[in-house]
Amino acid sequence: MTDALLNVEGLSKRFGGIVATDDLSLTVARGELHAIIGPNGAGKTTLIAQLSGQLRCDSGRIRFAGEDITALPPHTRSLKGLARSFQITSLFLDLSVLDNVALAVQAHAGHSFHFWRDARTEEALRAPARAALERAGLSGRADSPAAALSHGEHRQLELAMALAGNPRMLLLDEPMAGLGPEESARMVAKLRALKNDVTILLVEHDMEAVFALADRITVLVYGRVIASGAPDEIRANAQVREAYLGDADKGSVHV
Amino acid sequence: MTRALTPRNLVTAALLIGLALLPLYVALTGDRFMLTLFTRIVILAMAAVSLNLILGYGGMMSFGHAAYLGLGGYTVAILSFEGVHSGFIQWPAAIAVSALFALAVGALSLRTRGVYFIMITLAFAQMAYYLASGMARYGGDDGLSLEARSTFAGLVNLSNKTTFYYVCLILLFASIVLVWRLTNSRFGMVLQGVRSNETRMGAIGYPTFRYKLTGFVIAGTLCGLSGALIANHTDFVSPSMMFWTRSGDLIVMVVLGGMGTLFGPVFGALALLFLEQFLPALISAAVRPINPAGAAKAGEYWQLVLGPLLLFVVLFARGGIDGMLRSLSRRGADAEKARHD
Ligand SMILES: Nc1ncnc2c1ncn2[C@@H]1O[C@H](COP(=O)(O)OP(=O)(O)O)[C@@H](O)[C@H]1O
Ligand SMILES: [Mg+2]
Repeated sequence: MTDALLNVEGLSKRFGGIVATDDLSLTVARGELHAIIGPNGAGKTTLIAQLSGQLRCDSGRIRFAGEDITALPPHTRSLKGLARSFQITSLFLDLSVLDNVALAVQAHAGHSFHFWRDARTEEALRAPARAALERAGLSGRADSPAAALSHGEHRQLELAMALAGNPRMLLLDEPMAGLGPEESARMVAKLRALKNDVTILLVEHDMEAVFALADRITVLVYGRVIASGAPDEIRANAQVREAYLGDADKGSVHV
Repeated sequence: MTRALTPRNLVTAALLIGLALLPLYVALTGDRFMLTLFTRIVILAMAAVSLNLILGYGGMMSFGHAAYLGLGGYTVAILSFEGVHSGFIQWPAAIAVSALFALAVGALSLRTRGVYFIMITLAFAQMAYYLASGMARYGGDDGLSLEARSTFAGLVNLSNKTTFYYVCLILLFASIVLVWRLTNSRFGMVLQGVRSNETRMGAIGYPTFRYKLTGFVIAGTLCGLSGALIANHTDFVSPSMMFWTRSGDLIVMVVLGGMGTLFGPVFGALALLFLEQFLPALISAAVRPINPAGAAKAGEYWQLVLGPLLLFVVLFARGGIDGMLRSLSRRGADAEKARHD
């Protein structure tokens, strides 16, 4: 834990009577792919929303790259290199695919109080946007309206937008949600390639993908960490098997 | 393949050329009324163009945009009443007052969304309305007449109706060019991103509030300038310019013409003011063969026809007039493609 990029201490969040995050502590080391698993409603999306700043936490502290970011608004966190993708696709559907990514690039290219020059002809925005599309495997669809993409392509576009600002850390909320086996495999390959360049916090339901990719896994149940460790330790953990993986074993997924 | 001669481009070009040549038509026919009507259309089109910047491109449903027409107009009228006739002072003052008002309204309303935003912008416009009604020195409810039109050190004479028409038209064209540049710039991309998905804009690193506020102030300022024009056009201002139904008219122009399109608001202003002007007579003419006695009376119910007509356009021609032209163009392109295949 010497080189922690993200450090969370005692995070809590309630929605009325529901405790969505319960005194949660977590450390993500620089360069690691840290997976968060847990049943539906465990508070994974809520955690991501607090880390990225869309949700205020009731108590606790979040440090990113040594700096306390608990009170910062989402856009400031994003500019500091913390990028998130959304579980439910959240794009600019009426703009083109390339415009979507170029907007993400532009966010990190200084202020946008430029009123005259045509932004769609600025190579400083378009070139990095095309590069991010390339990395996400979407170059072929650059000029399509985002609304015209398939679900799988939307997930890739989500990834391209998160990558566009060259983030230090990616918060990915179920990037494989709703993908077919083939598309999932492609996404796993993409993430494996990305792993070398960027620290990733991955929330994912697809156990096969998680165990194939993760350096560390944290298991969340009712907003609380019940286990955290290397994939092998998690696999062997009796409490985890009972609370969570047990269900998976009954299904066809091998862990 | 993009074609230059689509129905949409042809109609838009015809509109612009028609507007530019209108005084010629008036000179040939002596139809002075047309010049008055079209001056009004051009000025309100400019107001609609300004609203379109925030409503059409930025997704901000301001329900108080007529307030800026009134503020700009009142600034000119009050200065004139107090003996300041120079447009070099009146018009910048109108612009400054509108900008400040927009800054205040925007700062307080733009942190809210949806119905709350609509209600706050509406409330501020109604406040401006009651404020004007209460200014006894400046006519209160009865309004205030302009002693003279704005003067520009002898450079242009706004009392000449043709000159005034062209001043308004040039400012309308300048507004369209401004909105065209703005919406394609980095700033404009941010506005459109906000319209499309504001949460995501925050997540990817934009402090959206300051961009929305900037857009809101630009739109209010531009509308304030059209207010200065309308005061000169009618030689009169009154609180009713700011009444909420006036704001509603501006929204109708934008929606009817085509939200988020460059020329949509101009089509919308033209269509709405033409309907207001000629629908009563049309209805009377239609009723006369059936019921000659009731024909004049029937014309008075023109709004009963206008309402459903607008509803029809909004519901069935999404994208308004510009949207209709665009789908015509697309159908034309498809037909051509089929012929080539
Ligand atoms: N905005 C909200 N308001 C009220 N309850 C919420 C809200 N967001 C999430 N919750 C609740 O918090 C719990 C955790 O939800 P979530 O973080 O979406 O879980 P996960 O992503 O692990 O499936 C759930 O019980 C959910 O119903
Ligand atoms: Mg979730």
